[in-house]
Amino acid sequence: MAFELSQETLDTIDKVIPRYPQRQSALMMILHAIQKEQGYLSLEAQEWVAERLEIAPIKVREVVTFYPFYREKPVGKHYIRVCRTLSCALNGSYKICDRLCQELDTKPGEISPDGKATVEFAECLASCGTAPVVMVDDDMYENLTEDDIVELARRIREEEIK
Amino acid sequence: MSLETHIARKNLAIHPKERRIILKHADRPDYDASIDCYLRNGGYDQQKKAFSMKPEEICQEVLDAGVRGRGGAGFPAGMKWKFLDRKSGKPIYLICNADESEPGTFKDRQIIHKDPHQLIEGMMISAFAIQAAQAFIYIREEMPYGAKILEEAIEEARAKNLLGDNILGSGYSCDLVVHRGAAAYICGEETGLIESLEGKRAYPRIKPPYFPAALGLYMCPTIVNNVETLCNVKHIIEMGGHAYAEIGKPGNTGTRIWSLSGHVRKPGYYELENGVHTYGDLINEFGGGLRDGRQLQAVIPGGSSAKVWRAGERFKGKLRSGEEFDWAIEDVPLDFDGPMAAGSMSGSGAVVVIDDSVDIVEVLANINAFYAHESCGQCTPCREGSLWMKKITTRMANGGAREEDTALLASIGDQIAGRTICAHGEACAWPTQSFVAKFQDKFLDKAKQDPEQLSKRDFRMV
Repeated sequence: MAFELSQETLDTIDKVIPRYPQRQSALMMILHAIQKEQGYLSLEAQEWVAERLEIAPIKVREVVTFYPFYREKPVGKHYIRVCRTLSCALNGSYKICDRLCQELDTKPGEISPDGKATVEFAECLASCGTAPVVMVDDDMYENLTEDDIVELARRIREEEIK
Repeated sequence: MSLETHIARKNLAIHPKERRIILKHADRPDYDASIDCYLRNGGYDQQKKAFSMKPEEICQEVLDAGVRGRGGAGFPAGMKWKFLDRKSGKPIYLICNADESEPGTFKDRQIIHKDPHQLIEGMMISAFAIQAAQAFIYIREEMPYGAKILEEAIEEARAKNLLGDNILGSGYSCDLVVHRGAAAYICGEETGLIESLEGKRAYPRIKPPYFPAALGLYMCPTIVNNVETLCNVKHIIEMGGHAYAEIGKPGNTGTRIWSLSGHVRKPGYYELENGVHTYGDLINEFGGGLRDGRQLQAVIPGGSSAKVWRAGERFKGKLRSGEEFDWAIEDVPLDFDGPMAAGSMSGSGAVVVIDDSVDIVEVLANINAFYAHESCGQCTPCREGSLWMKKITTRMANGGAREEDTALLASIGDQIAGRTICAHGEACAWPTQSFVAKFQDKFLDKAKQDPEQLSKRDFRMV
């Protein structure tokens, strides 16, 4: 099947390219738009972007493989990032991550068996004053206790979080 | 059950000793991020004033203000602007560094979420001052709402002709674009940020020759300033450079937003006049002190790359003014020069407090894991060294410490700093060098601890 994107994503891409004096500068914003729609960046997607920006496919691949946020494999319905860096770790983020994985029956970096979540450790999310923090997709959850984690996992399992 | 999603919650209990200039409105219950609210509170008045001045007059005010960069290096912003190559004939670019990613730092988040127009006004004044052809905000991926808030604010400002074509009829045009990162710490390094903005891997460039002021974005003259620094420009125009310089102390002018985190009762952000308070005030008065029954073990005074201070240590020497000092951690002035005189740095203004409930080797292992993950991989000493230090300290924390580890760690650290293209070499070496030097007894002691107990420990940081 040929590689296809929704009209909305195509419109976003058309909008970001002219913002920059040079086309290649739009690369990261385009990758963000595609990953948001498709969940990850397939090789087909990377080749499509190269063609759209008229750059060599390796230029796209270099960027995709450098930045931790870009993924080449699908993730669960919700992408969950547990901050593991200093201030969160001082406030128990390792336990938070263990508990979250336990509640969702998964391991860091894997898709949970019900497909609802991928839990990963992330480096500093810049909310150290409300440590420990967890990001569920775009939303930040702060000052978490183990009880909060149990509740958060329930909401994810029972699809209370869209 | 207090589980709710927040996007930088309001801090309604502002400490009476704070001196809020940048965050003056941010936490007011009736204040929001809209342009109407900003305009009702005198917003964009300073831009109008600045556009009636000559660009070089604005640059002079910023220079007179002595405002130092709030991102980490503390370099005077007016000097940075002075280095701009204006003779090349190439377009000039202004970039706001909103990559805020030094562990412990969460101040720019407050500005972006709560008062985005202040940043935009500061940027448009700065852009006009340096006659930028275009301006960018490079915001980290982990602030998706921040990026959205800024994009909406930019459209509001554009609709009122505060940016874009022929701004306020001045004949000056400058567009402002939000660019999102993708979770790489190294993009906070200004030349790495520029590479990233060009759509490449964020490999920092070597200086010289690639000083952004001469050879920056697209090899054109470029100024990269931190969010808080650019906000200050608005207030410098309002007060005048010399009046601004009256705030704080000579060489340490203005206020700073300190991010306090770790083992304190009231972690948070506190905007304080420079040089008036001490680290002791921040931790004990603003931060409410340590938790019950806990003793201070260490303080990291300016983001996790800053050299650590051990509780009880004293700093002695002579200030630039010739005045002698003999400080405990609690006496070190909260400004740029104080922590530097005490052998460390104020960095991004992120103070991390560590009490005696945690193992200091484990703390370093946690920090080392960060820097190993974030090394861009360009320079061998940093790429290999940061990973090696991480492996050693992780093994030590997990019960595999050897007697020779302490000396080995020190020697690796010594061979990274100063041998890399960018300051990530120092950033990854300083924690190891300082932790090992100041807590040598605890590192040596690690080899004597029971490996089985360590591997089964309940609280982990690696």
